[in-house]
Amino acid sequence: MLAIARQRMLGQSFKKILPAVSVLRSYSSAAKQITVREALNSALDEEMSADPKVFLMGEEVGEYQGAYKITKGLLEKYGPERVLDTPITEAGFTGIGVGAAYYGLKPVVEFMTFNFSMQAIDHIINSAAKSNYMSAGQISVPIVFRGPNGAAAGVGAQHSQCYAAWYASCPGLKVLSPYNSEDARGLLKAAIRDPDPVVFLENELLYGESFPVSDEVLDSSFCLPIGKAKIEREGKDVTITAFSKMVGYALKAAEMLERDGIYAEVINLRSIRPLDRSTINTSVRKTNRLITVEEGFPQHGVGAEICASVVEESFSYLDAPVERIAGADVPMPYAANLERMAVPQVEDIVRAAKRACYRSVPLAATA
Amino acid sequence: MANWLRISSRTVANHIKKRMNKGFMGGAVHVNQSSGLWWGLNRGGPVSDRNGRHIDPLAWNRATFLCVQRFKSTLAEKQHDSFLSSDSDDDNQSVDFPGGKVSYTSEMSFISESSQTRVPCYRVLDDDGDLISDCDFQQVRKEVAVKMYSNMVTLQIMDNIFYEAQRQGRISFYLTSAGEEAISIASAAALSEQDIILPQYREPGVLLWRGFTLQEFADQCFGNKADYGKGRQMPIHYGSKKHNFFTISSPIATQLPQAAGIAYSLKMDNKEACVVSYIGDGGTSEGDFHAGLNFAAVMEAPVIFFCRNNGWAISTNVSEQFRSDGIVVKGRAYGIRSIRVDGNDALAVYSAVSAAREMAINEQRPILIEALTYRVGHHSTSDDSTKYRQLDEIVYWKKARNPVNRFRNWVQNIGWWSEQQETQLRNSVRKQLLEAIQVAEKTEKPPLSELFTDVYDHPPSNLEEQEKHLRETVTRHPKDYPSDISV
Repeated sequence: MLAIARQRMLGQSFKKILPAVSVLRSYSSAAKQITVREALNSALDEEMSADPKVFLMGEEVGEYQGAYKITKGLLEKYGPERVLDTPITEAGFTGIGVGAAYYGLKPVVEFMTFNFSMQAIDHIINSAAKSNYMSAGQISVPIVFRGPNGAAAGVGAQHSQCYAAWYASCPGLKVLSPYNSEDARGLLKAAIRDPDPVVFLENELLYGESFPVSDEVLDSSFCLPIGKAKIEREGKDVTITAFSKMVGYALKAAEMLERDGIYAEVINLRSIRPLDRSTINTSVRKTNRLITVEEGFPQHGVGAEICASVVEESFSYLDAPVERIAGADVPMPYAANLERMAVPQVEDIVRAAKRACYRSVPLAATA
Repeated sequence: MANWLRISSRTVANHIKKRMNKGFMGGAVHVNQSSGLWWGLNRGGPVSDRNGRHIDPLAWNRATFLCVQRFKSTLAEKQHDSFLSSDSDDDNQSVDFPGGKVSYTSEMSFISESSQTRVPCYRVLDDDGDLISDCDFQQVRKEVAVKMYSNMVTLQIMDNIFYEAQRQGRISFYLTSAGEEAISIASAAALSEQDIILPQYREPGVLLWRGFTLQEFADQCFGNKADYGKGRQMPIHYGSKKHNFFTISSPIATQLPQAAGIAYSLKMDNKEACVVSYIGDGGTSEGDFHAGLNFAAVMEAPVIFFCRNNGWAISTNVSEQFRSDGIVVKGRAYGIRSIRVDGNDALAVYSAVSAAREMAINEQRPILIEALTYRVGHHSTSDDSTKYRQLDEIVYWKKARNPVNRFRNWVQNIGWWSEQQETQLRNSVRKQLLEAIQVAEKTEKPPLSELFTDVYDHPPSNLEEQEKHLRETVTRHPKDYPSDISV
């Protein structure tokens, strides 16, 4: 598609122009800034306008304008047949959405948070993800499941879990996680247009953050490819992979590291399944060191998969053990001080990068 | 002091012919023969249909098949559960709450947990297969009746032979519809090809009716390369897009909210078709049952929820499954029009589904049909039901309450079927099945390439790589792999 080709070209020219010291996340020449919320809202609006089969469903998406206001104004614009306020039954409305997708409509199902998707996970995995395979191609499921994922602030254990690793382990699903507004627009549009079921993991704390976007990103035909990671910041000493909110932390860590002479390459995964192993491995072959960052629980997490992939494909390029930064292996506590200790912080990433670069005492192996 | 339960017994006495019979699992059910769906109305007086047209009661009383009464089935039965205010002389003033006006009463009374009498069950043929006098039913043409009967016989034989094949180790699993042949065949016969079917797993008769061949059934059970499912699923998990029959999925009741979703899509497309989704008595305990019915009612979706209440969910008897009067009473809880029908009476099932389809499409609403029946076979080949129920109970239902025999009596008595045709049909079907099984058994299994297709719309690069590696490995080490893997 023309938009994607232009995107790649722009990306490449920026790699040359972008100075090593980059304080601002100014990747584009245009000055327009939009919040992630606006990015998601405009993506939904444009896709609904372009394809009458696209419709939204979820709790509070209509009259209330969306629990997090992502679907603001859409009920008014498209009417109650395209924006459905559902009763409180995740299992129910997910099943209904899957049924509509079986028939050929393109539902975008919102979970108030992905924690509640566990009540519907049978429909997501058994009815959506596996259907095309089990029916031998007779039943395709062009559905998108979206909503906030991972930790917010002070919401406790049942509202803070990250589901990236769970969904990304399942064949038949595609799992995306945007970081900034450009990601939000491009990936959501790609998800809606994709004929396979897509789990779209947003982040509540990022909804209100503004990011600069180019005119191309604002164009209604803009779309990002699924399965391609983005190198947010180039570097030569250590590779840091992250997705969603942790990309912002990784970028801050990279700035701090630069002051100490360590140039980190930050990769924004964008797509958890399919994972862009080639970009990750190419980067590790360049830097020889890898830190993976995620908010979710450490065991069987996204970082574990990335580490395995690098060990399988680029073992002889590694100069240091791969380190995983993840959330603490506990249900998320509520008290603010404890919550801060349970989620990775910028300093954790900095220290890990320095360890990888032999600039501090290595950690003893943990149990 | 207070008369807690005020039932208008007049209504009950007038409209129910109490006929104590062996009943269906769960207790005696009154069989309403006389007025079918009209039981809420006056008998004997002038009768009008829903459009207000007068109907000649004499014509209506003639119970031969020549007397065709198109169902006036849209009159919802008037329940006699006027526990709260019918005979009371409380205030008629009403109170406003979210949800609308409701009248109030100063007399405290609880709605009883059960009605005094169970919801009667609609039937048209008696146990011997004779048409009951004074019945309402949807007339069936000869070709349709003969096709229905032959399909029921075919289904019966198919079940027996595939079951035996599993016992012989030729297929890994099978699940019969024994005792429920009338349900799947007669309901399918009342629908159009455009109506979309979301089955549970005990309705292959619907697929049979729609033209799935014995060879196609066998191919799926053997998982060979001719299987439309490309060998991806266990036996009996049939699916056929061209027959509008969604691939069977094992988790229970997930098809109910999906059916509501598909029906909603049909509604948005303004199609002249409905969705029919099947569920067993056990499946109604799932959360998805609640969500599916509730949503369908709220969305006003054209879906027929067909519950096969066969008394058993593997070893769980209905008395342990729910405490309500079966499933039919749950319809009202969701605002869904419902009917209880004798699932072993092919004509009754046919009539009820015909009427339900009309209502679902013309009025854009869901309908609930509860068909009472009995699961004659074991739950599946992984079950031995004699471990939890009496053998003579099974034998009784198999012999004395057999839906195939009952319908056969009717078709034969009209002169549309004969002993000779019976023998011919049974022999021919048996022969075809045995051939189909032989062919299916010999047919190659699906090739290696089909291991990796259809995971996504387009195969991703990692799977392409894996397939390549696998082919290389199998080619390099042929002795480590079975000979029937075609690379």
